[in-house]
Amino acid sequence: MTSTPAAQRQAKQLSPRGASNKGKLAAWLFIAPAALAYTAFVLVPLAMSFYYSFLRWDGIGEARFHGLTNYVTVLTDPKLLQIIGNAFQLVGYFTVIPVALGLAVASVIRGHMAGAFGTVTRTVLFLPQVIPLVAAGIAWSWMFASTGVVNQGLRAIGMSEWARGWLGDFVWALPAVGLIGAWVLLGLCTMLLVTGITKIDPSLYEAARLDGANPWHEFRYITLPGLRQELGVCVTLTVISALASFDIVYISTLGGPGISTTVPGLEIYRLAFAHRQVGLASALAIVLMVLVLISIAPIQWLSREKK
Amino acid sequence: MRLAPANGLVARGLVVLLMIVTILPFLSMFSAALAPQGTYPNGLQWPADPQWGNFVRAFEVARMDQLLLSSTLIVLGVVPVSVLIATMAGYGLAKLTTDRYRWLYLVFVFGLTLPFEAVITPLYYEVRAMGLLNTRFAIILPLIGLYMPFGVYWMRAHFLNVPHDLSEAAQLDGATRWTEFWLVQVPLARPAIMSLTILLFLWTWNQFLLPVVLVQDPMQRTMAGALGAFQGQWGTDIPLLCAGALLILSPTIVIFLIFQRQFVAALMQGAVKG
Repeated sequence: MTSTPAAQRQAKQLSPRGASNKGKLAAWLFIAPAALAYTAFVLVPLAMSFYYSFLRWDGIGEARFHGLTNYVTVLTDPKLLQIIGNAFQLVGYFTVIPVALGLAVASVIRGHMAGAFGTVTRTVLFLPQVIPLVAAGIAWSWMFASTGVVNQGLRAIGMSEWARGWLGDFVWALPAVGLIGAWVLLGLCTMLLVTGITKIDPSLYEAARLDGANPWHEFRYITLPGLRQELGVCVTLTVISALASFDIVYISTLGGPGISTTVPGLEIYRLAFAHRQVGLASALAIVLMVLVLISIAPIQWLSREKK
Repeated sequence: MRLAPANGLVARGLVVLLMIVTILPFLSMFSAALAPQGTYPNGLQWPADPQWGNFVRAFEVARMDQLLLSSTLIVLGVVPVSVLIATMAGYGLAKLTTDRYRWLYLVFVFGLTLPFEAVITPLYYEVRAMGLLNTRFAIILPLIGLYMPFGVYWMRAHFLNVPHDLSEAAQLDGATRWTEFWLVQVPLARPAIMSLTILLFLWTWNQFLLPVVLVQDPMQRTMAGALGAFQGQWGTDIPLLCAGALLILSPTIVIFLIFQRQFVAALMQGAVKG
């Protein structure tokens, strides 16, 4: 709103006071339906999650107050800790790969992707964003299968001893799931960063070059700071989709082998509906929500600073 | 583009590589979908005798016509209502900008990062208490609520940028808030509403967690939820699974290709604002 003329600004300041109670009432009435839907299907369930998290309840019989025991379990049980750890390992793949590759592409291109080539690129790179994650899971389960394309490729370059059923392997299943997420998010991050870089003033690069800056300096002191906001967006989105992942894991591994790819989202589902431990599931749900908030807050703060 | 040609070549090479990586899983599904039924296909190869009939069989097995209907009904139940009440609330919130009402906005925005898993258990009991379990309403009603943080945030951001004079002028002309909203604000908000509609359509069509938990019958689910059930049932028959998955994907891809420009714009803005 940088171009708001003074008159408009004045009108803006005056109007809240000028607005009658009737105007405020109207505003409230406009908000009411959304507030109702939001309350009924988000705030109330959230409050119920919080309440359940203090109970020992199988979902059918009588519930008993269980104090903080569920939270203690979530934060000390080695299995649950591993599950939470898995989610953070996924962040490594979901976030680092798309952002790093996106940055690489953006800083090499450093210009509009105009014309037919640009359109084709955009369309193709956005495909993974349009299809359901379930479909990505199915496609990649097949890619990673023992006779799938990944192993075919490895055999073709003479690395057949590496070929394996990736998603059934205790060591490699989690990285494989991580790569599926990276594939889904890669195009979006790349396009966001490519678009972001076109907003950086080109004269900055020219000036830097006159001052004898090398490409690394240009990247470090012009590109990175210039992309602060877009990077913030990419990191925020990818971190959330890693921590709150469900679809991809459910389809490609169901959390296995063992619990090597189980993530909190899947474990909540399992605890609540298969093991009938509604209290514990709810405590994990609240912890997941808090973890997401805690992880996002510093990113938001870092990317908004200096703006 | 004022880059050195060598640089441009490297850039294009990189982009083409990315595109290949993006398309490869689709190609591999496609080649598997053409392999003879019940066999275990081998990687990416054009089958000697492409079995186009797999698609026909998958269409029948997955009951695609009913799935399309179900998904369409769910989208029609969710998207128009969500867009309408989010637009109204965005307009209302843009009027209440003083510090006294900041909390209201913050309460809505708080839901932006909320993982759906955090509320899925109580939603199950809530929907069951309403007697809606295993109906499409079990997906429709909660989704409307769950979309409010983004929808309201999105529309409020738009209305904050609409000059205040416009509203004042309408008021001076004797318009009620209601007529002003419909005759002045909504037509101006059309681009924002369009993007929101596209995003909500995609998110609903692709929604998986809610159908899996709240609706048993795949025929009452969204496309993504039905695809999950299809995989559970036919997961071992790779050609059929791949053919079914591609079929279930195709409506979104077709719509995406037609409205490519709008989709890309919506997804990019949606990311930046969200």
